[in-house]
Amino acid sequence: MPASQHHIISKLQQDILRWEGYKPPAGGKTGLGGLGRVEEAFPNGVFPAGAVHEVVCATPGEVAAAAGFVTGLLSALMQEGGACLWVGLSQTLFAPALKAFGIEPDRVIFLNLLRDKDVLWVVEEALKCKGLAAVIGEVSELDFKLSRRLQLAVEQSHVTGFVLRNATKKLGATACAARWHIRSLPSQPVAEGLPGLGPPRWQVELLKVRNGRPGSWVMEWDAGKFVTVDKPVEAEEGRQNYA
Amino acid sequence: MAIWFRHLVTDWLMLGRPQLREVPFVCVMPEHNRIVVTAASHRAEAEGIFAGMAAADAKAITTNLKVLDAIPGKEAKLLRQLGLWCIRYTPLVTVDKPDGLLLDITGCAHLWGGERGYLKEIVLKLRSRGYDTRAAIADTAGAAWAVARYGKVTPIINSGEQAGALPDLPPAALRLEPEINSRLHKLGLRTIGSFINMPQRELRRRFGELFLQRLGQALGTEDEILTPLVPPVPYTERLPCMEPVCTAAGIEIAIKKLLEQLCLRLQSEGKGARKVILKCYRVDGKLVQAGISTGRGSHSVSHLCRLFDLQIGKIETALGIELFLLEATKVEDVAVLQEKLWAGNPGLADTALAELLDRIAGKIGPERIRRYLPAEHYWPERSVRPALSLQEVPETAWRTDRPRPVRLLPRPEAIKVMSVLPDYPPNMFIYNGRRYEVARADGPERIEREWWLDKGTHRDYYAVEDTAGQRYWLFRSGHFDEAPEWFLHGFFA
Repeated sequence: MPASQHHIISKLQQDILRWEGYKPPAGGKTGLGGLGRVEEAFPNGVFPAGAVHEVVCATPGEVAAAAGFVTGLLSALMQEGGACLWVGLSQTLFAPALKAFGIEPDRVIFLNLLRDKDVLWVVEEALKCKGLAAVIGEVSELDFKLSRRLQLAVEQSHVTGFVLRNATKKLGATACAARWHIRSLPSQPVAEGLPGLGPPRWQVELLKVRNGRPGSWVMEWDAGKFVTVDKPVEAEEGRQNYA
Repeated sequence: MAIWFRHLVTDWLMLGRPQLREVPFVCVMPEHNRIVVTAASHRAEAEGIFAGMAAADAKAITTNLKVLDAIPGKEAKLLRQLGLWCIRYTPLVTVDKPDGLLLDITGCAHLWGGERGYLKEIVLKLRSRGYDTRAAIADTAGAAWAVARYGKVTPIINSGEQAGALPDLPPAALRLEPEINSRLHKLGLRTIGSFINMPQRELRRRFGELFLQRLGQALGTEDEILTPLVPPVPYTERLPCMEPVCTAAGIEIAIKKLLEQLCLRLQSEGKGARKVILKCYRVDGKLVQAGISTGRGSHSVSHLCRLFDLQIGKIETALGIELFLLEATKVEDVAVLQEKLWAGNPGLADTALAELLDRIAGKIGPERIRRYLPAEHYWPERSVRPALSLQEVPETAWRTDRPRPVRLLPRPEAIKVMSVLPDYPPNMFIYNGRRYEVARADGPERIEREWWLDKGTHRDYYAVEDTAGQRYWLFRSGHFDEAPEWFLHGFFA
């Protein structure tokens, strides 16, 4: 294929992305800092901030890992001030821990509700509110219709939404920009031979990305930022395929 | 305006038991070793039986007299009910014990086409409810009271003419004590006119200060303070309806109209409503209410309207609502915000966020919205406290020097552990029937119990990681050599 055709195709791809609402990064600004190579998986190589992301997590441990990872993302989203809303079905999130992931826990408003229906109502209302930096909702189910409602709300307000899904039995298609799966990995000690725990390490999987390339990375949260670890990790036991 | 219920209790009894209409009956109550009539029905009164008579005398007058036991406190309860009903005509209603109501109708009568129409409306409505009612309108409560009970000419005394209306009435019309009343009778002063022009000094010497005060209150030379049944709310708007409203759309329009008026007033005074109550008076005489509250003062019509939208479904209209009353029961000063050209990311001070939280609180309940601030405690359960308001800032910094789990279980869950060495983290633990092998661990972090707050043993916390990489926060309650118990308290990210 001649070079001019390549050029035309890439231009068309850019156009389509723009029509779909993905803006190319403004001069100098490169979306979320620190996500490193994970960001290359997204269209234009930028983490889509004004969109809804879903994170699947089955066990309480995975929920904790997902909460930690999302909090790390929030720290970048909330850098310019702003507040965020954390809507959950159970009140188990421990505010002081969020500080370790770089956000001020007092800027997070927690809501603990009883029903999925209420959570989704609150998340939708909150996503329409331009004054928020991000909205996190913990639900058990999210179907296509509901996810599209959330996506439509986000397109007006450009608030970032995260939906943590507990029931992972059937995962249908959703209108979310990306589907994540975060699992804990055994940590590496700070230095060779030292006892104790190293920084938290996750297997970050992008199961689905709209207009992007899904992939899998090993990441750590170290000294207040994400670090992508190069070394492949063998521990693959107990892995479930959610794709 | 004064309303007098001539047979309050007996009318009420007849409403409940229609067969009583046919016979004269009285209510009696024991008093000082004899049985006294406290209320007599109009039929009994026609026979010459009056309240205050001994029951035996009354029975002697008529043979077919029915005697019922009086219910103590019933009059006050009935008057209160009737007073609340009258609030649809004026916001200032006072109970005038034992058998009347006083209404401050300043600025209300024109809504019913003048004082005559107003009086007729109230009296006819009350009579149709079965109460034998007399009412009068005058400049002063005293004069209206007198004319309602003793007036024979007209129930409406024009403004400033009470001095002309009173002289023909008996002195009892001045709400005097029975003792003074009988003394006046003894002296041959049978009408107010016979002493109204006497020198005040003489009257005070013979009948006391209270007598002069009552006279002055009737004539309008002395003030009379009425205690309203329902304290008036300073920020109130009312909307009477020509036809009863019974649809949600109708209620919505009414709320919007009322809010527009209320917010205009609040805005001009630099105030914002924190609590607004909508009272709907239904055709069947019942009152239904819906209330909203906001996190901070607001005078935005659209915002308050959206909050009320969530409440409309809870209003039962039944046959229809004839009067809407909107009261801002709690208001506060609001700072006037200057509009910004470049809206930044205002965080918790954002108006849109405050409005969103109000909506959520209206639908789901304010107790479910929480924000946490650090508290100066090491004990994990007490290390955070809920913030009292959206504006509250932390007094101390958040601590990051110790690992804390992202998810903290509401109460620690017991686990079984196997640990090899004392004061070492466990090698294995069983939680919910599943085995977890511990690969690495950090700790212990000893947290002492705050003995001035509760009793018990200290906790030694360990952060452990199982072979899959998942991290847990475990603790041992008490010392190792005292058969300690182990608990799982949280999950790390």
